[in-house]
Amino acid sequence: MTSILVVAECDEQGEISQSTLQAIVAAKGLVDPVVTVVIAGEAPASASTLAVGKIVTLSSVDDADAGIYDQATAVISSLVESTSPEIVIFSKSDFGSVVGARMAFRSDSAFASDCIEISNAGDGVSVTRPVYGGSALAEFEIPTRPAIITLRAGVYEAGTETGLPLIEAFESDVNVERVVSVTGTVAEAREGVRLEDANFVVSGGRGLGGPEPFSVLADLANALGGAVGASRAACDAGWIDHSHQVGLTGKSVSPDVYIAIGISGASQHMAGCSSSRAIVAINKDGDSNIFKEARFGIVGDWEKALPSFLATVRELKA
Amino acid sequence: MLGIGITELTVRIVVLAKQVPDPETPPSQFKIDESTNSVIPPNGVPPVVNGFDLNAVEAALLLRDAGAEVEITVLSVGSDFVMDAMKKPLAMGADRLVLVDDSRLDNIDSAATVKVLAAAIEKDGHYDLILGGRQASDWDQAHVTLGLAEVLGLPLVSLVQKLELNGDSVSLQRVIPDGYQTITAPVPSVLTITNELGEPRYPNLRGIMQASRKKAETFSLADIGLSSDDLAPKLELKNLYIPESNKHVELIQGEDEADSGKKLALRLREEKLI
Ligand SMILES: Cc1cc2nc3c(=O)[nH]c(=O)nc-3n(C[C@H](O)[C@H](O)[C@H](O)COP(=O)(O)OP(=O)(O)OC[C@H]3O[C@@H](n4cnc5c(N)ncnc54)[C@H](O)[C@@H]3O)c2cc1C
Ligand SMILES: Nc1ncnc2c1ncn2[C@@H]1O[C@H](COP(=O)(O)O)[C@@H](O)[C@H]1O
Repeated sequence: MTSILVVAECDEQGEISQSTLQAIVAAKGLVDPVVTVVIAGEAPASASTLAVGKIVTLSSVDDADAGIYDQATAVISSLVESTSPEIVIFSKSDFGSVVGARMAFRSDSAFASDCIEISNAGDGVSVTRPVYGGSALAEFEIPTRPAIITLRAGVYEAGTETGLPLIEAFESDVNVERVVSVTGTVAEAREGVRLEDANFVVSGGRGLGGPEPFSVLADLANALGGAVGASRAACDAGWIDHSHQVGLTGKSVSPDVYIAIGISGASQHMAGCSSSRAIVAINKDGDSNIFKEARFGIVGDWEKALPSFLATVRELKA
Repeated sequence: MLGIGITELTVRIVVLAKQVPDPETPPSQFKIDESTNSVIPPNGVPPVVNGFDLNAVEAALLLRDAGAEVEITVLSVGSDFVMDAMKKPLAMGADRLVLVDDSRLDNIDSAATVKVLAAAIEKDGHYDLILGGRQASDWDQAHVTLGLAEVLGLPLVSLVQKLELNGDSVSLQRVIPDGYQTITAPVPSVLTITNELGEPRYPNLRGIMQASRKKAETFSLADIGLSSDDLAPKLELKNLYIPESNKHVELIQGEDEADSGKKLALRLREEKLI
């Protein structure tokens, strides 16, 4: 038997997130899994059909905790202490990355971030994670328990199975003194679909040469009903807001088509888009790494190739 | 005890900085020795200070620029330090470089790294802020700084892109996926700094000269009260390898680039991708 806690997160619509559904699939792939889903806050209605045995809600974690996660760390730590799971799986999100790391170091437990595979290994657990920006993969054994893990989005496919879990509340008596406080949130305005959810992503890099070409990329994204992404180089240059960054330290996307324009395809960029169904590249350097990852490509200047591509897409979509 | 030029008002900042292989090394030069599960240092490409750690150095320097009296200590744990690389933060304007230098510290895991950093910080004395990078570009763990906050029992704010000192608190901007949060944290606290802060400054000639005259202060493992036993890994590396790619690109050849653009769209339609 492998007892596993999957710490859930909800998406913008308040539903259990895709990455949590993927984590449940990863958990159920382990030997004789007993999976419990933990939800910080109230459980959404859809949780009642999750394909797991039990759901535990943590009502003592409130919205004021977002970004600081002092409360979540304390309450989930006490739940782990009282239920002694062998594995705790978080999504590699802001929440999972911070809470997972903090509770692991608080309890002197092993922590592995951004894993792409989890398996049983003897009495312990084995994980694989990309390292060196994705240039290499490292396989680790974790002999002690609990093994606390964050899972990269998009590597396991969310399941369609349903179930009838028992739902119970966990009342924690931990008292968290708030020393750090969030005084406000400034949201970047967004038009159209969310980058993470888009079926088409049109991304630009340093090869665009400046901020103006991003409006052409936006035209193409609009024509496809998609969203605009960018490489870190383009964001760091100030050509587009960082909320558009795709990659290891940006957003993870897995659209049907990912169009990379003037992007060299550094491993850290590809880490955020390599699970796309098809990658299409326009780059003037035929030797650039992006052509090792792409399914279709044009070796050439985007300024010459993009207008006719956009015009033809518009005709096809008309 | 306060050092030369250090007053009660001085804000003492520790910046955690790791020496890493240059992440801009061309993929063709990235090689692994499978018998030892380690990366073979590329020929002629010297190591660098981890990029996000230079952002953290920059964050500390910006506090000085804003008028605060700060003393900046750069702390690094490792072995085989290359001084040309490690002195860059000094050349940018940091005051001290403290190295915990021991061959046993080569490729230790994050649990051990956190222990060594915590012991070195406590040994080195008073601090007001600890700034770490968002993640190190070798093992991409993104959690050593977070773990350190837990082990030292200090408040933590991750992904800081802007900071301002107000007496005994700091006002921060913390990056979230679609914008940022404004946050107030007490001093002392641990912060992780992200590249949204802005490019680290280039050292000027004067800075480079000053850095060349400064000597790193080094600690051995024993100096900070630790032994090999404290370095036992929680994660055991079993296998390190370069993933194989079997992708094959179909290049669209038109009469000219405009024609290729058109043909690309048609090809994607043919594949029912658009
Ligand atoms: C720890 C770490 C994390 C990182 N995280 C990320 C991340 O999340 N996301 C990310 O993107 N990067 C990330 N990076 C940076 C990454 O390593 C690369 O530096 C970056 O992705 C390069 O961006 P680029 O492809 O736009 O620029 P470049 O590598 O400079 O490539 C520009 C490309 O444009 C092409 N080009 C130029 N002009 C034209 C033209 N007229 N027409 C067509 N093509 C043209 C060139 O041939 C070149 O291939 C990270 C790095 C580190 C160390
Ligand atoms: N050996 C080290 N010496 C000094 N600082 C380190 C070391 N390892 C990690 N850090 C700090 O912790 C941050 C996160 O590292 P990591 O969790 O390894 O990705 C880095 O950006 C550094 O600021």
